[in-house]
Amino acid sequence: MAAFIVRRAIGAVIVLFFVSVITFLIFIVVPGGDPAERMAGKNATDENIANIRKTWGFDQPVYMQYAKMMQKVFTGDLISYSTQQNVTQEIKRGLPATFSLAIGAAIIWLSFGVLVGVISAVTAGRWSDRTITILALVGISMPVFWLGILARYYLGPEKLGLFPDGQYVPLTQNPIEWFYHLILPWFVLAVLFIGFYGRVLRSNILDSINEDYVRTARAKGLSPRAVLRRHVLRNSLIPIVTLFALDFAGVLGGGAILTETVFDLNGVGQFAARSVRNLDLPPIMAVTLLGAFFIVTFNALVDFFYAYLDPRIRPS
Amino acid sequence: MAERLLEVRGLKVHFATEDGLVRAVDGVDFELDRGEVLGIVGESGSGKSVTALTILGLTRGVNARFEGEVLYKGRDLLKLREEELQSIRGNEIAMIFQDPMTSLNPVYTVGDQIVEGILAHNDSMAKRQAKARAAELLRGVGIPNPERRVDDYPHQFSGGMRQRAMIAMALANNPDVLIADEPTTALDVTIQAQIIELIDRLKDEFNSSVILITHDLGVVAEIADEIQVMYAGRVVERGATRPIFYDPQMPYTWGLLGSIPRLDKPKTERLHSIKGAPPSLINLPRGCMFRPRCPHAFDKCFEEPALENRVEEPGHLDRCWLSVEDKRDLREATIHGELSAA
Amino acid sequence: MSSNGTPLVEVQHLKKYFPIKKGMLQREVARVHAVDDVTFSVQKGETLGLVGESGCGKSTLGRTIVRLLEPTEGEIRFEGRDITGLGRRQLRPLRRDMQMVFQDPYASLNPRKRVGSIIGDPLKIHEIGTQAERKRRVQELLEIVGLSPEHYNRFPHEFSGGQRQRIGVARALALRPKLIVADEPVSALDVSIQSQILNLLSELQDEFNLTYMFIAHDLGVVRHVSDRIAVMYLGKLVEVSPAEELYQRPIMPYTEALLSAVPIPDPDLARRRERIVLEGDVPSPIDPPSGCRFHPRCRYATDICAKVEPPLTDYEGHLAACHHPLNVSREEALHAEASVHTPFSAPEDATPTEPAGKESHPVPEKTPRSG
Repeated sequence: MAAFIVRRAIGAVIVLFFVSVITFLIFIVVPGGDPAERMAGKNATDENIANIRKTWGFDQPVYMQYAKMMQKVFTGDLISYSTQQNVTQEIKRGLPATFSLAIGAAIIWLSFGVLVGVISAVTAGRWSDRTITILALVGISMPVFWLGILARYYLGPEKLGLFPDGQYVPLTQNPIEWFYHLILPWFVLAVLFIGFYGRVLRSNILDSINEDYVRTARAKGLSPRAVLRRHVLRNSLIPIVTLFALDFAGVLGGGAILTETVFDLNGVGQFAARSVRNLDLPPIMAVTLLGAFFIVTFNALVDFFYAYLDPRIRPS
Repeated sequence: MAERLLEVRGLKVHFATEDGLVRAVDGVDFELDRGEVLGIVGESGSGKSVTALTILGLTRGVNARFEGEVLYKGRDLLKLREEELQSIRGNEIAMIFQDPMTSLNPVYTVGDQIVEGILAHNDSMAKRQAKARAAELLRGVGIPNPERRVDDYPHQFSGGMRQRAMIAMALANNPDVLIADEPTTALDVTIQAQIIELIDRLKDEFNSSVILITHDLGVVAEIADEIQVMYAGRVVERGATRPIFYDPQMPYTWGLLGSIPRLDKPKTERLHSIKGAPPSLINLPRGCMFRPRCPHAFDKCFEEPALENRVEEPGHLDRCWLSVEDKRDLREATIHGELSAA
Repeated sequence: MSSNGTPLVEVQHLKKYFPIKKGMLQREVARVHAVDDVTFSVQKGETLGLVGESGCGKSTLGRTIVRLLEPTEGEIRFEGRDITGLGRRQLRPLRRDMQMVFQDPYASLNPRKRVGSIIGDPLKIHEIGTQAERKRRVQELLEIVGLSPEHYNRFPHEFSGGQRQRIGVARALALRPKLIVADEPVSALDVSIQSQILNLLSELQDEFNLTYMFIAHDLGVVRHVSDRIAVMYLGKLVEVSPAEELYQRPIMPYTEALLSAVPIPDPDLARRRERIVLEGDVPSPIDPPSGCRFHPRCRYATDICAKVEPPLTDYEGHLAACHHPLNVSREEALHAEASVHTPFSAPEDATPTEPAGKESHPVPEKTPRSG
């Protein structure tokens, strides 16, 4: 156990290191990225630019700049090039929105995804299955930003007025409004995943039903419901666990950029999008590292959980 | 007079598929009395497994069509509702399958799976009690350290031990009939011997009857009372064990016997083998099913023979037009082949 | 046992161990002694049957000989040449001479490739012939193994188990090998198809002057194809004998038990004979028993069996490793030489202290009980 944790921790550090290096290098290479020029503005003189370069340390060798930036990441002193704000503060400000979006959507997509997958598999071939399949494919195919904009426009104050016009209301401020504002973003984000998870689960269940051990369970006289619950689902859900862990980790780390932007939630994702537009390295570095951290952690949790789910993997 | 447990009459099982109607079982009759061991022998595709699965209603589905009767203690299992069948499965009629590795769920302990079977038919029993019974069953099938092994997972058992555990699971509720579908095929020959001996011992202990399904006549020689040879969904020969081995009437049976490498006879130059392969169950041959592969086929064989008693021994039935005298002459050559030249 | 010239395959003190690693640094904590000091040779044109239960190391031995696995220790010679340490490039031309046929016809053929490609790829890899010539050769091979040349474009799933195994044999023959190692080639087939494949293998041996190593767990099956038979137990050779003699006169109790396990399709004989059913499973090759590895399951075992490992002793061409050899008269026991195959000391240690030779037959009769 301890060995497992230590090994994964070391692995995580290595991964994060490489992520940071690659992110940094991308910025060195990408054209139009000279921060000094951008900061100086339109009517800058060469002198201004040179001064900025000096103050910010852009004249230093690449590895020094990298080292300095990493130092700032740890001390929380990263400053954005474009807004001059402290990156860590900005991220902290956006976290509640991102977390609320992620957790709510995850609950929805997991429960509906499983429900839809089970119904689809159990009634395979019949109209309920075909309907669900079509809806799932539609859901997967609809771009999130398109669906989001349509939802915000038609269901929002402009037309039907059923839902508020985007924005995020903190939970501590007004729980009801918090909930109300998040309903549309939750569903828009979840639609894609529901379709996908439903399809994957359906396929796993149909495979499982043909397994020999399911035949044994039936031969023992178990009811179809017991067979489904204890033998089919248990084994079919295992791959869903991996998928879920990674998807959830991605969204937590600010991966739901489109949803956040369309609904103006001002979460970490939207912040990241803005920074990319401005080619603003410090926030990008921070957000990327945050996202990578979540993914690496959840990856390790999944592996750990797998050993619980599938005894063949446990070290004996 | 032994109690008649199972009576199968005119059983037909057909599956409608894209390629056509698969006649997996096409007219099978047999009986099983208490304490009896019936061996059902045939190659892959003969319908032996489908027959067994159908007894337990495990072949029911949208594409399956059934005809005939499967009477268990007077009740026709083919007509029962799913819930009624559930109370018989694993309780009065139990089944074990060929590959114990895939037939047990890898994520539950062996003990849990046995307990599951016990509790499914004894809902008033406490879990602890059921678990104790599971350990006892494991002990009864010869697994050492059963109290500890009950908490092990299937992958922690060897192949032979897994099959023993499956047998324990099947016998948990004292079934009247145990159906063993190729229980030894996936195992080493030394373990095969162990398992056959185990089944032989347990059938007396539990006073159960056994239907033993296999493709190898050698496996049933020792414990079967009655043997039924199946081919292309039909029974082509049936009789008590000794007549089947010492006076087989079907050229197909001769072929099966001749294919087995024997230790008790001198070595032959070539092993007898039946040429060709079993027929497609969608496009069955005209007349006798075995005619295309039979070295002794003649013109009458284009008409399918009925399963009848053509020899002195009553109860020994076959489907072959050859006269008993002709058969005696042809049989020796087929089964024992020419002796080795050396 | 005469040897006509250089044997095709010679194996000296071959060992193959698999390490078991644990912990953070993946340190080796134990080893699986899959093949534990095996010495034997195979003459050109003969068939050596290699028999044993699951886990005895026979498959590992077969794969190590053709260098699919790397030997841990020991020497392998092919046509007199030491091939143990050859690198990949040097091994390549040798691979044409040594081929394998595998057990599971459902798993050993790539389901996404057509049959023509499966059989023809070896030719392609070794750059033999033009594409047209290769196709012709593949169709020729299909006919040789009893399939139709029209099957060239089909996929494995369109064939039955027996037919797939024929495809596997055709693939092995493609490069005109000298040696074919067949790893349980008929275990997964119906008994009626088994006999077809066994006959096919016999015919091919005569026609193409092949040498076979035939690995199986069933002594009945190997009888038909083998000239000599070697019995393995927990990584060691325990008996090596000309085929028929093994069945008439098994020396090692394990062999006696293996013979007894073969089913006999004769009800009276089957019920009358004394079935020696071995207790329990084969022990783990990670921690094999001391002394004679078979002693915990042997009905004749005594103290010495648990302490001293019996050497492989030569009883006039029939080798066996046992302190209490069966079917061996006292004179034979005294004259037996410790075979050159063993690393152990002189025969004096091996001579049994009690009268040698409990008689046993391949099909021993039960002693009738009175009353």
